[in-house]
Amino acid sequence: MKILVCVKQVPHKDARLEISSDETWIQDESIKFEINAYDTYALEEALRIKDAGEAEVVILSIGPDRAIQALRTALGMGADRAILVWDDALAGTDSLGIAKALAAVAKAEQPDLILTGLMADDTNYSLTPPMLAELTQLPHVTAVVKETQQNGDIVAERELEGGALEVVKLPRPCLLSIQTGMNDVRYASLKGIMQAKKKPLETKSLADLGLQASDVAPKVTLEKIFLPPRGKGAEIVEGSIDEIATQVVTKIKELGLL
Amino acid sequence: MMGCMDFSLGPELEHIREEATKLAGGFSDEYWRDKDERKQFPWEFYNAFAEQGWIGIAIPERYEGAGLGVMAAGVLLQAVAQSGGAMNAASTLHLSIFGMGPVVHHGSEEMKQRYLPPTARGELHVSFGVTEDDAGTDTSRIRTFAEPDGDGFVINGKKVWNTKAQQAQKILLLTRTTPREECEKPLDGMTLFLADLDPAHCEIREIPKIARNAVNSNEVYIRDLRVGPEDVVGEVGRGFRCLLDGINPERIMLAAEAVGIGRRALEVATAYAKERIVFDRPIGANQAIAHPLADCHSELEAADLLWQKAAWVYDQGDIAGGEANIAKLRAAEAGFRACDQALQTLGGFGYANEFNVGRYWGEARLMRLAPISQEMARNYIAERVLGLPRSY
Ligand SMILES: Cc1cc2nc3c(=O)[nH]c(=O)nc-3n(C[C@H](O)[C@H](O)[C@H](O)COP(=O)(O)OP(=O)(O)OC[C@H]3O[C@@H](n4cnc5c(N)ncnc54)[C@H](O)[C@@H]3O)c2cc1C
Repeated sequence: MKILVCVKQVPHKDARLEISSDETWIQDESIKFEINAYDTYALEEALRIKDAGEAEVVILSIGPDRAIQALRTALGMGADRAILVWDDALAGTDSLGIAKALAAVAKAEQPDLILTGLMADDTNYSLTPPMLAELTQLPHVTAVVKETQQNGDIVAERELEGGALEVVKLPRPCLLSIQTGMNDVRYASLKGIMQAKKKPLETKSLADLGLQASDVAPKVTLEKIFLPPRGKGAEIVEGSIDEIATQVVTKIKELGLL
Repeated sequence: MMGCMDFSLGPELEHIREEATKLAGGFSDEYWRDKDERKQFPWEFYNAFAEQGWIGIAIPERYEGAGLGVMAAGVLLQAVAQSGGAMNAASTLHLSIFGMGPVVHHGSEEMKQRYLPPTARGELHVSFGVTEDDAGTDTSRIRTFAEPDGDGFVINGKKVWNTKAQQAQKILLLTRTTPREECEKPLDGMTLFLADLDPAHCEIREIPKIARNAVNSNEVYIRDLRVGPEDVVGEVGRGFRCLLDGINPERIMLAAEAVGIGRRALEVATAYAKERIVFDRPIGANQAIAHPLADCHSELEAADLLWQKAAWVYDQGDIAGGEANIAKLRAAEAGFRACDQALQTLGGFGYANEFNVGRYWGEARLMRLAPISQEMARNYIAERVLGLPRSY
């Protein structure tokens, strides 16, 4: 079985973010990056399937050179090989452009299962996984919190609003986008880290994928990002700890938040 | 560019730093404060690192280690110290990392096969038994004696400051086998053993101490402890020489840790200086607060380069005596000063346990005393690097 795991490198959760001077992204020259948290659960799930039987885990990422670090992290955790796609034309693309590039690799690799995170911590769109599934004509479900293999099918549990779960069944090959908290993500072992540097890591351009810049030209363009002005009307609650607690609970109930 | 130096760690060491930071990051300041206050060995932390194979980082691959050098071990220990675990965290691991250096370099093949794999797996703990009350820094004056008995020896004496003796099954024990007076040179006539820390013959008493209290340091009273000829590390009478293979890596790694602790303290202090408002402005807007922090940062950066250079020299196959002592001297100063300045920056709150810098401060203070005092590091540099006459 071959599992393709799509990972995105995003700013580190501890990085101090500042909006860039052209107001279309953050200043990302000197900040730390890491693998998108959602994707780490997808990777862990793939590694668990591999541990339980025979599977090749292939990591796929789109990003500039710095994203190699994310691929090495994944290889260190136990993935078998990695593919990095980059091209200047991808810098300003939209979700569909990304999905097209991912789909080109997926078509060449023909995996039995594609796992992605539910969304990316930085852009928050949740669009790429369903688009990738559509472009590769694979059945897919989102927000998966549990997955089991059943005679070539996959039985997945999905999270619904309000804590309810639903169980769905779909045939392989298929795509699952993974919700956080699905599993306990492993740490790399020192041995894993040392093996990572010997594992294959391919880089591909758009041309290598048979795509042109026009194929990934964005239809949605980012105009501006900004922080909303601070809200007004903070209320200071005073009194003993018990009084404060009672007042806060009453307030929350009044506002219908509970 | 010709002759251009590369100051980056390179992908593999960066990867090591990243993963060690992640794993250590699972243990909070609260965890360390609790372990320290309750004087409990941090098993959860130790086991997490042992399970992922980190303990064997510098043990040769033949004996189930990773076979990496002092540079890699320094990167690991710095990340661990910088996580907020400080010396508690670093000493939990570092004894297993450099402590077995004499065995790696001088142990018999049988000894290596028997003891290095379980050390690399994190199962075997070894304490380091060199220091004695009456000898102090003058190691030639130790009195613990190994008397020949059959084909082995019987050891009697007392050691002091043996870190982790309460967890260790083994002790690397420096003894005299010939009295000092009968030796040609004061440091001759000593023998190093990898001995059992057998409770029937070794009484362990913990030394109450001012900081780094999750990891114990002890007095060890040794009475009629039998060791076999197979327990000798290197050759009988040449024990001190074997120790030398452990002490320079130890100094280099300690320097890396000192920088790590200092950086952590500085992080806490700068964050606090930005947020703490007194006289209607952040205290960090006062240059009396900002400039010392800038000094600390630059000193830590300088010390960071020094230990990396020392590690590089050592990993090239040189003994790196000068480099190791220079790095240890500067890093211990920079690390402690950063902690002290952090404490000052936090004002009264720096003195409260809850803010952790007091813990960093107490642990960084140790770096100026052990494993070699700043004075003795300076003696080394004065005599061996500058060629000045020996003063003692
Ligand atoms: C927490 C802790 C853990 C330790 N762990 C271990 C361990 O696991 N195993 C182990 O064997 N040891 C251990 N040590 C011991 C440590 O290595 C020694 O304390 C250190 O080497 C100094 O020896 P001393 O305390 O006897 O000082 P002394 O030798 O008595 O020196 C006292 C002071 O005099 C100075 N001094 C002495 N001679 C000179 C001179 N010629 N010129 C200038 N100044 C001089 C010293 O620098 C020092 O400031 C530990 C110590 C501590 C505090």
